[in-house]
Amino acid sequence: MSKVDLSVDLVGVKLKNPVVVASGTFGFGREYGQFYNLNELGGICCKGLTLHRREGNPPPRIAETPMGILNSVGLQNPGVDAFIQHELPELKKHDLAIIANISGNTPEEYGIMCEKLSAAGVDMIEVNISCPNVKAGGLAYGTKPELAAEVTKMAKSHSTVPVMVKLSPNVTDITEIARAVADAGADALSLINTLRGMRIDINTRRPILKMNTGGLSGPAVLPVAVRMVWEVACAVDLPILGMGGVAKGEDAAQLMLAGASAVAVGTACFADPYAPIKVRDGLSAIAAAQGLDKVSGLTGSVLPW
Amino acid sequence: MPIEQICTIAEAVKLNAYAYSFTLEVGDMVTRHGLMAGQFLHIACGEGLLLRRPISVCMVQQEEPHDTARIVFEVRGEGTQWLAERQVGDKVNVLGPLGNGFAVAPNDRLLLVGGGIGVPPLLGQAAFTAKNATAVLGFRSADRAMLEEDYQDYCEAVYLCSDDGSLGRHGFVDAQLKDILEQDKNFTAVLACGPKPMLKNVAKVAARYGVPCQVSLEERMACGVGACLGCAVQMADGTMKHVCKDGPVFDAKEVDWNV
Ligand SMILES: Cc1cc2nc3c(=O)[nH]c(=O)nc-3n(C[C@H](O)[C@H](O)[C@H](O)COP(=O)(O)OP(=O)(O)OC[C@H]3O[C@@H](n4cnc5c(N)ncnc54)[C@H](O)[C@@H]3O)c2cc1C
Ligand SMILES: Cc1cc2nc3c(=O)[nH]c(=O)nc-3n(C[C@H](O)[C@H](O)[C@H](O)COP(=O)(O)O)c2cc1C
Ligand code: FES
Repeated sequence: MSKVDLSVDLVGVKLKNPVVVASGTFGFGREYGQFYNLNELGGICCKGLTLHRREGNPPPRIAETPMGILNSVGLQNPGVDAFIQHELPELKKHDLAIIANISGNTPEEYGIMCEKLSAAGVDMIEVNISCPNVKAGGLAYGTKPELAAEVTKMAKSHSTVPVMVKLSPNVTDITEIARAVADAGADALSLINTLRGMRIDINTRRPILKMNTGGLSGPAVLPVAVRMVWEVACAVDLPILGMGGVAKGEDAAQLMLAGASAVAVGTACFADPYAPIKVRDGLSAIAAAQGLDKVSGLTGSVLPW
Repeated sequence: MPIEQICTIAEAVKLNAYAYSFTLEVGDMVTRHGLMAGQFLHIACGEGLLLRRPISVCMVQQEEPHDTARIVFEVRGEGTQWLAERQVGDKVNVLGPLGNGFAVAPNDRLLLVGGGIGVPPLLGQAAFTAKNATAVLGFRSADRAMLEEDYQDYCEAVYLCSDDGSLGRHGFVDAQLKDILEQDKNFTAVLACGPKPMLKNVAKVAARYGVPCQVSLEERMACGVGACLGCAVQMADGTMKHVCKDGPVFDAKEVDWNV
């Protein structure tokens, strides 16, 4: 069996394989880096950064659901400067694409963070306009086309590296936001972020999460992700990093067929730290079995009825 | 450094109607990776459940050809039910060693305070300080008691308490703790594990008598390794720490008990 070329191009950033790890599920790589060399990965979307350090939401922050989890971490992070000083140098010792993920309270904050991160030499910036957890911002940007466009413009004009905008699935029509963001100059799109959900303990009558609601991720959301990647791929001509529920090669292949150039693995790591590597190998086997010489041949080749 | 290990169940014993004691063959996790009692293992409990379940290590042993670790758990929901149904010879997928155990030295004079399923994680500390420790073990009722004999073997003194008076002293462990410290404050540390309200009371009593106190905390976890920031606990200084990475054992003074 001939070897499949796993490399993909995400707006000029070359990934040696199409498997990236999803923001917020992999920290800054240190923890899972104890299990295997991070060079195995195509790239890492780092934990979401804000301009200043955040302690995040009160616990409990995690609730298990059928084939998924709800989280309300609330963007706990050390702040963009601490990331640049303490985490980025460690990550740079490895050979993988470093994608910083940012959330701001105002468009200006996005601008400041993009400047700092571009100067510090990350490979790409993922702009989170969709985090459903933070009352002060987050949701509003991702659900209103004008606000999403404003943030995208701000990020683009303050960045010297490609800007990927991460879309929220908590909207009626995701293509509307995708178009607004594309028109505002985004270089790539990533989707999906978590879906808002809730779980209640019937005995105490209390929600499990202290914030009452949280974001759903994991295998339960895969079909939603596939559908949204497909809709967005049909609507705009930008490369897509697809994510949501990927746990094996077949899941990744579905997202790529729907239109993703690369995929991110998140929640699956919690069950199996080696999930990203297994997804990569599974994807490679699928491409080989289908006679492809390049895994990128899968992208967008769904045959809709 | 944590590893993934497929562990064979070498021994499975039912301790009472709710609790099980398993001895797992953990490869070289003790010898090579330094697994200690008081740390925890993150155990995959069946195919249908997404998240692993954190269970404390109650004893470890360096052995040939496999090191072993003893865990004791109660059935609470689907995950622990699945685990309880495993038999000797079955295999479970485990991540470990995880977290930081208690900070103790072999010649410490420890006062161990365990409540319910918080009793087992302290057994290793009793063994480590052979016959030097005093243990206060609290249970809801006599039918939930466990490991009293193991504690008798390893401790200088053992006090039993129950919420309903069906075993030992009628009342909570913190009342017993207070009586002990009233007589003798000469302990290196109080180590406590159990439900949070109990830990809060134990921490208060230890502080009043000026004895340092370490507590083992629980929080809902996803990754178990420090990557997801899911298992946060609030600290007295307003910061968040994480049970899986910074704990599960914390200095009682650091914890915000008022949330
Ligand atoms: C560091 C640590 C050490 C622990 N050590 C032990 C031990 O030695 N023996 C023992 O019996 N139990 C221990 N627990 C508690 C044990 O993890 C839970 O009882 C178990 O996860 C319940 O799973 P379940 O599927 O049976 O229950 P369910 O209620 O169905 O679980 C649903 C979800 O909630 C989580 N959850 C429920 N209760 C707890 C809890 N108390 N703490 C953390 N997560 C919880 C589960 O992990 C799961 O994700 C420990 C917990 C922690 C955090
Ligand atoms: C615990 C947790 C924390 C997350 N934190 C972030 C974050 O900081 N920024 C962000 O853009 N997305 C965050 N996400 C969303 C993921 O990056 C991803 O979009 C989502 O979980 C779907 O993928 P999955 O099902 O593979 O996890 C988080 C998800 C989880 C589960
Ligand atoms: S459970 Fe993920 S950080 Fe503790």
